[in-house]
Amino acid sequence: MMAVKPAALGEIPEVAERGGWRRAVLEFCRARPLGAIGAVVVLINILVGLGAHVIAPYDPLATDYGAMLARPSAGHWLGTDAFGRDVLSRIIYGSRTAMLVGFACAFLGATLGAVIGVTSAYFAGKVDLLIQRVMDIFLAFPLIILALAVVSILGTGIENVIMAITIPMIPRAALVARSSALAIREMPYVDAARAAGFSHRRIILRHMLPNVMAPYLIMLTAYLGQAILLEASLSFLGLGVAEPTPAWGLMLRGAAVQFAESAPWMAIFPGFAISLAVFAFNLFGDSLRDALDPRLRTQ
Amino acid sequence: MRRCLGPLVTLFAVLWLPAAPPAAAQGMPRYGGELIFAVPSEMPSYDGHRESTFALIHPMAPHYNTLLRIDPMDRSGSKVVGDLAESWTVGKDGRTYTFRLRRGVKFHDGAEFTSRDAKATYDKIVFPPSGVASERKGSYVNIEAVETPDPHTIVFRLKFPSASFLSSVASPWNWIYKADILEKDIRWYETNVMGTGPFVFVEHVKGSHWVGKKNPNYWDKGKPYLDGYRALFIKDSAAQVAAIRGERAHIQFRGFSPAERDSLVAALGARIAVQESPWDCVLLATMNHEKKPFDDKRVRRALTLALDRYQGSQALSKIAIVKAVAGVQVPGTPFATPPAELEKLAGYWPDINKSRAEARRLLKEAGVPEGFAFTFKNRGVPMPYEPLGVWLIDQWRQVGLNVRQEVAETAKWFADLRGGDFEVAMDAQCGYMVEPDLDLYKFQSGPTSAAPRGISDANYTRQKDSVLDELYVKQSRAIDPEERKKYVREFEKRLLDEEVHSMYTLQWHRIVPHSARVKGWTVTPSHYLNNQLDTVWLTE
Repeated sequence: MMAVKPAALGEIPEVAERGGWRRAVLEFCRARPLGAIGAVVVLINILVGLGAHVIAPYDPLATDYGAMLARPSAGHWLGTDAFGRDVLSRIIYGSRTAMLVGFACAFLGATLGAVIGVTSAYFAGKVDLLIQRVMDIFLAFPLIILALAVVSILGTGIENVIMAITIPMIPRAALVARSSALAIREMPYVDAARAAGFSHRRIILRHMLPNVMAPYLIMLTAYLGQAILLEASLSFLGLGVAEPTPAWGLMLRGAAVQFAESAPWMAIFPGFAISLAVFAFNLFGDSLRDALDPRLRTQ
Repeated sequence: MRRCLGPLVTLFAVLWLPAAPPAAAQGMPRYGGELIFAVPSEMPSYDGHRESTFALIHPMAPHYNTLLRIDPMDRSGSKVVGDLAESWTVGKDGRTYTFRLRRGVKFHDGAEFTSRDAKATYDKIVFPPSGVASERKGSYVNIEAVETPDPHTIVFRLKFPSASFLSSVASPWNWIYKADILEKDIRWYETNVMGTGPFVFVEHVKGSHWVGKKNPNYWDKGKPYLDGYRALFIKDSAAQVAAIRGERAHIQFRGFSPAERDSLVAALGARIAVQESPWDCVLLATMNHEKKPFDDKRVRRALTLALDRYQGSQALSKIAIVKAVAGVQVPGTPFATPPAELEKLAGYWPDINKSRAEARRLLKEAGVPEGFAFTFKNRGVPMPYEPLGVWLIDQWRQVGLNVRQEVAETAKWFADLRGGDFEVAMDAQCGYMVEPDLDLYKFQSGPTSAAPRGISDANYTRQKDSVLDELYVKQSRAIDPEERKKYVREFEKRLLDEEVHSMYTLQWHRIVPHSARVKGWTVTPSHYLNNQLDTVWLTE
């Protein structure tokens, strides 16, 4: 028992050091070019979001009533909206909102789900039964329905939207983490940790959770796209981020619908931004799953 | 050239389509059919005396009658005619109004309507017991007593003569309720329906629809013409337009934006009729005087000084159902302040730079720092709340304020306004008739934490202003129009300039495109009028 643990733990950093991150990334790009393109788009989105205040040509909140519903031109590359606000600048700042909501929801949802799932698997018995039945209740509702219910209770606003999207993600992540953790729970090193008298908390956090990292990362990337789409959906329905905050879904509602025929740029460009971001996150997430899943690694 | 075709077709269609003729001139009514209409919001409760939203009156008015009503054929929305009262007389002193009630009127449960029901209704509206909200009780402050000398007569004794009393009795909100029910449970009508109206309640599926069917025992023989009606709750305006465009709904009584009208006319041509009217409605930005720093009138004044109403009027009229810059009366009506005089009020100055400089100075003087953040609570009804909300936030931003918007559904928005759970909120003032008594009662002293009973339950500013209360009574008592005008102006100056309890945004403009099959309905300056549907019929 004691001999297994140091050997198993010792191998992991050695492999990583020998291959190196650079080599892993290059290998990922070579084996999965679509995933790499997705990763590049994701990276661009993150950079655009972070540097919005530098990149955006206009203040996204600044109205110009002399340039209402202006067509795309040299002055406004993607035109203006019904209040004369620059569409490009709002899309750039909207990327910040999308990334903030996306990363916050995916991180919180996947992390809390993983902790609950691993805890449930570790304790098994009645605790597992109870946790899983509670999760089943949440899983009975489609993601968007549960998010709508939560946001209708909490109200609108960016913090509430993050909560509303995170809550339905937790049981989904918990289910995946639990199934991985059930196998880990029977591993000799977990038995060894128990025998050594480590606390439940230490066993869960230091010995089990790190070993569900692969499904965790897959969930994280998969949920990013979902969270962005959900945020856009909620904002489009008027239940998400409120005006004048720049948000892609919000840009698709109101005047964008009213003037869809005479000023289509108000809807087309934010719609394209949503599609591109979600597509990129899904491509990246799928490729990451393929790369990390041992059953798919050779395919 | 192709680009020009769309607008040209729309323009041609608008010009070619005659404005719908008055309801009376639309030929012989046809019996049968179900009128389907969209309602952009849903009612917080079923009680017409308590609520003040079209979301209640559009689907529910057909179940009720009032003592008097506004003539459904009158486009000006000002001609008072009898409903359950068939005639009335005014005493020589101008303080006694006697109404003779119709005989043979029955509630939908078969019980006969008598003056006892009318009195119980008005007692609830004018003298509600503690804990029972009566939204418009502030407009009945001149009623001293309601008496019923016999089962078919009701008498109102006033404290002083009032030129607007008949208009007040014609309020479309004053549905006649059943005395027996009110005696048992005065809040029964908040969750139930029982009236004498032309249509009987069938069902309400929350979030979906409201259905009414023809009342076969309606007192006005030969009416209604429709077999029934179905109100569809459709929040999204694009979905409402799509419902009318796809001919799945005949009408949406509240109104559409200019762009939506144009798209419907372009799509349906002769199958759509358009009726337009000035609209006795305005959105207000209401400041909670119990929340700092809005207890300071310098801050409130700064907020109104930040608004460029003239530019807003030009810009927003292209995308929203708002148009004129107005004071407390609809522009062009007898008691409205002329533009030159209006320009003297805070927030109406023609020089916006000077106005905003003064706003910044006042904010600084009041100790409000640059970038001060507060939350603006708006109603989750897209038009015109959404564009006006964006406009207000942008205007306040230009004097260094950082405003976050919170959008609430109608029921929550009302609850928050009534409970004082807001800093600054969008509020609405819509009248069913342009008349100072009806337009100003709202601003009399409202409930506060210290004194929860106010004269006006519709005043959400959480303050009491005895000067305004006195001015309201003075203008209401003034029989001479010039004297009344003087008091209305004083009221306006105190409300909008000196104390700035609330601030007016822009006057609405009503546009109702509807299926050409809908006859017997006439647009008025109020979306609270003409919803009984007893005169409405559908062509083949």
